Amino acid sequence: MDCVVTGGNVKVLAKAIHSLSRIGDELYVEPQDDGLALRSVNSSRSAYACFLFAPLFFSRYTVPGGHTFRCKMAIKSVQAVFRSLASLEKTVEKCHIELDEQKNRLTFTLHCKHGLLKTHNLSFQDSESLQAVFDKDSYANVFRSHPRLLVDTVVHFPPSLEEVTVSVSDERMWVRNHVEEEDQSKAMLTELCLASDEFDHFAVQTHNSVTFCLKELRGLLVFAESTGLPISMYFDEPGSPVVLSVTDSVLEGNFVLATLSDDPNKRKNNSRRAHTPPPPPDDFMNDDIDAYLIAMDTSIAPGPSATGPPTTPLAASTCSKQPAAANHRTRLYSEEEEEEEEEETADSAGPPNKKFCSLFFGSVLPPSSQMTTQPVTSQEVLASDSEDDEQ
Amino acid sequence: MKFRGKIVDVACLNHVTRVISTISKLTKTCVLRLTADNLFFVLSGKVANGGVSMWCELSQANVFDEYQMEGVSSEDNEICLEVTPENLSRALKTVQNAKAVKVKLTKKHCPCLTIAAELPTLSSISRVVTHDVPVDVIPRRLWHEFKEPSMPDFDVSVYLPPLKTMKNVVDRMKNLSNFLVIEANLSGEMNLKIETDLVSVTTHFKDLGNPLWGDDASQDGGPSPSRDPEAMAQARVDIRKLQQFLMGQQVNPSKAMCNIVHERVVHLILLHEDVSLQYFIPAVA
Repeated sequence: MDCVVTGGNVKVLAKAIHSLSRIGDELYVEPQDDGLALRSVNSSRSAYACFLFAPLFFSRYTVPGGHTFRCKMAIKSVQAVFRSLASLEKTVEKCHIELDEQKNRLTFTLHCKHGLLKTHNLSFQDSESLQAVFDKDSYANVFRSHPRLLVDTVVHFPPSLEEVTVSVSDERMWVRNHVEEEDQSKAMLTELCLASDEFDHFAVQTHNSVTFCLKELRGLLVFAESTGLPISMYFDEPGSPVVLSVTDSVLEGNFVLATLSDDPNKRKNNSRRAHTPPPPPDDFMNDDIDAYLIAMDTSIAPGPSATGPPTTPLAASTCSKQPAAANHRTRLYSEEEEEEEEEETADSAGPPNKKFCSLFFGSVLPPSSQMTTQPVTSQEVLASDSEDDEQ
Repeated sequence: MKFRGKIVDVACLNHVTRVISTISKLTKTCVLRLTADNLFFVLSGKVANGGVSMWCELSQANVFDEYQMEGVSSEDNEICLEVTPENLSRALKTVQNAKAVKVKLTKKHCPCLTIAAELPTLSSISRVVTHDVPVDVIPRRLWHEFKEPSMPDFDVSVYLPPLKTMKNVVDRMKNLSNFLVIEANLSGEMNLKIETDLVSVTTHFKDLGNPLWGDDASQDGGPSPSRDPEAMAQARVDIRKLQQFLMGQQVNPSKAMCNIVHERVVHLILLHEDVSLQYFIPAVA
């Protein structure tokens, strides 16, 4: 493999690598005919990101002929090559990436001003293919907006916040922090409501609520904001992953995040709620003082906002009720999967983990080496986020 | 009990955000007292916070454009809540560009102060962000713990040097010792001293000036006129408490004073616009 990135594209490549570092510790590199794929996944397999740089992104792009080449390396090493974005812009004229298969090395050579050459030899390991299976174009709900909108939304949530719940109706999107049931009494709840006309594209087919981890998304937001590319967001039923993408003529970035899935009882409620009329228009700012006599007795007032989405925090908390032993994080799965099918496979005698992983990732290695071995206690096969569990 | 306030002026929003942010750096939790005219942030001196107590007062008219408060009863027309100022600060900091901010006492899953802001957007419908900050209502029988502190019978009262300078000195002294001695006299001199087995360091401040507490100084417990102007009154305090106080100050106050009761307590008073902040640090042996 031999490719050269010149000019401003060096900074774009660097930013992509930095945003992938927010997902996982390893960078998977796979030069393909349709471009260079850089991927990362987190340890619990609940977040995945892939940047595909088309051959036109490079001033020279050659793939190793004949065989497919794949490798992975510590992402921190690659970040060290592109450490200071500001100085990259000013001093680096081109970046040459070259593969030395005999020595198992990937060489990054930065050609800088004044004839200075900085060469980094990074060793890599062979890796399995890492390819998430998802079909975002078939998802029910699709949105597109300038990254500023999402950045302005996310700023209201503290940086340490793990999970957010996004709910949609025909005209609105609500984003609020997701609080575990145990913490509910003392946690601060934040909710933001966005109108459909703030988006460039807002298409809702089902009024769903999905909960996913915000932290992993911030990497994409930084990338999109600095490149000015609009972000598209796709999601479907809870449990099905949420996909965020940025695209332009020479690159495509996809961030796929697992969402909390419902238990089957909850699901029925959801489908019923989808038919309820949309919540009344937001008259919050025109309220009458008399309407605000707070009940200091035992009556319970409505959820975070009186005009909130059908899923109140009380209902949302049942969503996270899982068997105590299991980690509630769901795994990503192909959207073709039916809930019923999962139940059958989980109840069957075979090792469910193997099936789960091969459905999601086109993995060729035996499950024990890479996959989780956590026992399944519910129909949702749950991934461990603990390194200890992996053999 | 009802509370509803609306802030529309950017400067007022900024002002209250800065005050709450300062309070959040001083203590994790405190009591918010809402009366018809004022807001008070109170921390009562307990063993748990090392005996430190705080009293911050601001006038509600300088913050809220609309203010409706109905207390527990007509005789006790106030509301007392235990709050986490950090949460309030976080909620307010992100809405500095709001068209309007409403603060309400509500009951969600528990009593909350709901901060709702209407944010400007390019579209016709404005964006509303709501923060529900959980609070605890303090029952009337405990209200006596949160009364305004009386002015201590101080020995010396002196104006503080620029807080930033003081902070720099204290930051460095903290590396050497856990305790610091503050001493001052009626000639406008103040010393900050630390003493360890290996080293002792003193920073001297001069020409600070001494505030005059007026004719009723004697009733308030002001310094007796016969006191030697050169005599130092001192108190040995936990250096971290002093550092915490100095760290939280973002704005240079119009007046900053320090009253020392010899070997008993250091009383710091900051006045800025309509806000007064008093901080009591007990002396340790």
